[in-house]
Amino acid sequence: MGTRLGKQTVRLDSKPVIQSWAAIVGAKEGHGPLGRFFDEIIEDEYFGEESFEKAESKFLRETLAKILMKGKVSSGDIQYIFAGDLLNQCIAANFGVRESEIPFFGLYGACSTMAESLSLGSLMVEGGFAERCVCITSSHFCSAEKQFRFPLEFGNQRPPTAQWTVTGAGGVMVGKAGDGPRVVHVTTGKIVDMGITDANDMGSAMAPAACDTITAHFRETDLPPNHYDLIVTGDLGIHGKNLCLQLLEENGITIKEFYDDCGVMIYDPQKQKTDCGGSGCACSATVLAGYILEKMSKRELNRVLFVATGALHSPISVQQGESIPAIAHAVGIEMV
Amino acid sequence: MEQKRTKEEYKKWSQELAPRTPKARNLIMAFFIGGIICTIGQLILKALLNTGLSKDDASSLTTLFMIFIGAFLTGLNVYDDIGRIGGAGAAIPVTGFANSIVSPAMEYKREGYVMGVGARMFLIAGPVLVYGIISSIIVGIIYYLIT
Repeated sequence: MGTRLGKQTVRLDSKPVIQSWAAIVGAKEGHGPLGRFFDEIIEDEYFGEESFEKAESKFLRETLAKILMKGKVSSGDIQYIFAGDLLNQCIAANFGVRESEIPFFGLYGACSTMAESLSLGSLMVEGGFAERCVCITSSHFCSAEKQFRFPLEFGNQRPPTAQWTVTGAGGVMVGKAGDGPRVVHVTTGKIVDMGITDANDMGSAMAPAACDTITAHFRETDLPPNHYDLIVTGDLGIHGKNLCLQLLEENGITIKEFYDDCGVMIYDPQKQKTDCGGSGCACSATVLAGYILEKMSKRELNRVLFVATGALHSPISVQQGESIPAIAHAVGIEMV
Repeated sequence: MEQKRTKEEYKKWSQELAPRTPKARNLIMAFFIGGIICTIGQLILKALLNTGLSKDDASSLTTLFMIFIGAFLTGLNVYDDIGRIGGAGAAIPVTGFANSIVSPAMEYKREGYVMGVGARMFLIAGPVLVYGIISSIIVGIIYYLIT
């Protein structure tokens, strides 16, 4: 059974193992700097389906199939699936896991969903309630633009703080035994709202939440920041990453040398014209399941603090002038 | 929250560090793209006048041509790129208005012709029409009163 270390952090003493992982991405992500790490690159933005929403579900469904295949298990061996996405009522996840017949918890943590699902899946395994859980999430540039912004063919200008929603899905299977990266700490974020109202500036809205969770993690675990080879936030983008670093510095946490952001890593902002970088649930999920876990299994990275960040607004709350509440969940993953 | 700033201070600080909008480049590009679109309109108008049409008929027909061009380029997935570069230069001419109607119509086709295309077509252009018509009524009343 795990040990509670503080208000937000739990240490998982059985150290649940990330047994398999997979990431399937769209063309833009596939042509980005991390392209070679992904399991599959789908050039067709419709993925052979008739709508972007169905395409997103297919990304999730295919990624789930890949995780099971790589883990050499069938859907009957999975006790729980934790899944979520950005669409209203989480339809990408609902439709994506519809045929799987796995007991399902639907989550909404906006772009923090990967860390949220991984936290819950690991806690479930630690608590002895499951042998294996799948934690998975998806996003799609076209369906997200449609829901949160303008029609794709509308000729508007992107502000320089805008980010580009990652098309794809990523997920992991956590289980009791085996080799592979292990989940050691879970720090659950609380909602932080610093009054940012600009929905085109997610970096500013989410950076304080990331800083809050990372600070809580180090305070409650008593670990030095350089315990980790890599501390990686979800989708703060270039601007948010810079803000987060400075906020942490003010809290006495210096991580510049081993800090990065999935939104910064996944695209080449100059060549791919993505402004501040990537965003969306799949941003952190595909970088975790494509790049980070691969590097860990080769022991090129040994200890990673994965901090996915989410902006918990809706188009309606933004139109009503509400500020953007943000959250960040941290998961400490280590090779032991 | 372990923050040393108030919300106002944070907002100001984060905006100071944010990447800037390239205003000079945007202005120049808006000038050129808007200028090119208007020049094309002018050429069409001249050509129509040369066919012997009256000035009123020729300018109405020119507007129709420009709307067609805007809608056609939207259908070809080109107008969003023009808009991205040209900004207001691409949005303000009537081609931009056509783009604002055709783009949601394309986007919501999957939701059906009634609740999708029909209901969403004026998603962006709707407010422009509402306030355009209201202001034209107000201006009309003022014009009536002073003449």
